[in-house]
Amino acid sequence: MIDWGNRLSPLAQNVPPSGIRRFFDLAETMEDVISLGVGEPDFVTPWHIREAGLYALERGMTSYTANAGLLSLRIAIAEYLRTRFGLHYSPGTDVLVTVGGSEAIDLALRVMVRPGDRVLIPEPTYVAYRPLIQLAGGVPLSIALRPETGFRLAAEDLLAAAELGARTIILCNPNNPTGAVIDRLGLERLAQVIEKLDLLVICDEIYAEILYGVDYTSLASCSGMRERTVVVGGFSKAFAMTGWRLGYACGPDVIIQSMLRVHQYTMLCAPVMAQMAALEALDTGLADVSVMVAEYDRRRRLIVHGMNALGLPTSDPQGAFYAFPDIRSTGMTSNAFAEDLLVRAKVAVVPGSVFGRPGEGFVRCSYATGIDQLEKAIERVRQYLRAGGG
Amino acid sequence: MGPEHEKDLLKLLQENAKLSYETLATMLGEEVETVRQRVESWEQDGIIRGYAAIVNWDRVDEDRVTAIIEVTVIPQRSVGFDEVARRIYRFPEVQAVLLLSGSYDLQVVVEGHRIQEVARFVSERLAAIDFIQSTTTHFILKTYKVDGVVLEDGDDDQRLVITP
Repeated sequence: MIDWGNRLSPLAQNVPPSGIRRFFDLAETMEDVISLGVGEPDFVTPWHIREAGLYALERGMTSYTANAGLLSLRIAIAEYLRTRFGLHYSPGTDVLVTVGGSEAIDLALRVMVRPGDRVLIPEPTYVAYRPLIQLAGGVPLSIALRPETGFRLAAEDLLAAAELGARTIILCNPNNPTGAVIDRLGLERLAQVIEKLDLLVICDEIYAEILYGVDYTSLASCSGMRERTVVVGGFSKAFAMTGWRLGYACGPDVIIQSMLRVHQYTMLCAPVMAQMAALEALDTGLADVSVMVAEYDRRRRLIVHGMNALGLPTSDPQGAFYAFPDIRSTGMTSNAFAEDLLVRAKVAVVPGSVFGRPGEGFVRCSYATGIDQLEKAIERVRQYLRAGGG
Repeated sequence: MGPEHEKDLLKLLQENAKLSYETLATMLGEEVETVRQRVESWEQDGIIRGYAAIVNWDRVDEDRVTAIIEVTVIPQRSVGFDEVARRIYRFPEVQAVLLLSGSYDLQVVVEGHRIQEVARFVSERLAAIDFIQSTTTHFILKTYKVDGVVLEDGDDDQRLVITP
């Protein structure tokens, strides 16, 4: 018998199991479930982008690319970030094409975290940061965001965390799971504290294209931030390209080149056909994005209105495609509520607590699903609540 | 309601005319009453000409045939295309009539039971109209997409039920 407990890496063994996994297993066994639990667009990648990927294959583009990604794609990314967000990165040294935004976050943490370094994560936030910090040898420290401030990180919250002695912070803006967006003023105030505390920043901007009536500011464009920030972006959410696995990181050359050093051994390069499709997306795909965002916007109004009408207070998300209803009035934990709702009403939502303890009392509802499904789901929740659910 | 929202409202109705005024109003961030009044005024103005289901007849009625007929018209003084088009569209078997640029003038969509019925319509009714010079009939073999709606059964949602 092999004693696996003594053979496998303690780092890997200490990664906590995903809080979503259990719901996934349960939902998988059930029929006729309406899922508001999906963290990806319901749109298929626009045809001209798919076609660009196919054409790359037809032309026999099946080999490795430069480790950092095709230069033409890096130029397009730099140009996109410049025109869209006023960010300035040199395609030769400051841009790295990765296998999804996920790889970019992993690489950034591996490069920016020294053993035992403390890393701040304002929660609720995307589920991957905590385990990736641990795998990188760091110590995750939560900053509890509050519903009263719309789950937005404020400069005061960050100042209060000064004594924790953290060296890095990961921001998800626009936020998964709350849909909150920190505006320019809020970011400028945060930037002052970040500089004062001498923090490095990983800013996950994967949802930056999915906004509702607000202007987007990248933290990296705030004063003093470019030199200490890695911006993570990607094609998955904006262009409905999750399965292509293509993202990027941009930042100071010293960080990006260190990330490249790890990337060239672990990944070598991102898939070439996905890179060709991404090039097409940046070239002519932004019109498709606005069509999809307009559609998300209508669904957003529908679900926010629906949940509020059911007595589950839900604020207007300004970005991404998640609503974050407050279910505290049911007296249940978000975990118990989500499980009960799934079993009894066949509607899948994600308990807020999987996004960190400060998400307790809330559930994440993705509205990346068709109008008819959304209406049906709201009706099911209505019947569930009326039948004394919660 | 601004002009952009008006267009959005029409597009939403065109995609799914069964959406309630309440749902439409919520989706657009407008008052229910505003949406109701707007739609009713479009109905009165004839901007909205009706509401219909998009039916995949291939699955229901195997005898049903549809033909697209290219019609060329001899231009005549005092009889414009409009008059010829009117003579054509008054036949109930005619589903659509369009005036086109290019190598022929009118495109006529005709529906009937069995090929013979449509053929008889073309030879006895359509070709007999004054000023029609020629007709070319194309029978539709299969309809893949109509009015923006794909009629083939697509793949189900491939996404996992719950993802982070």
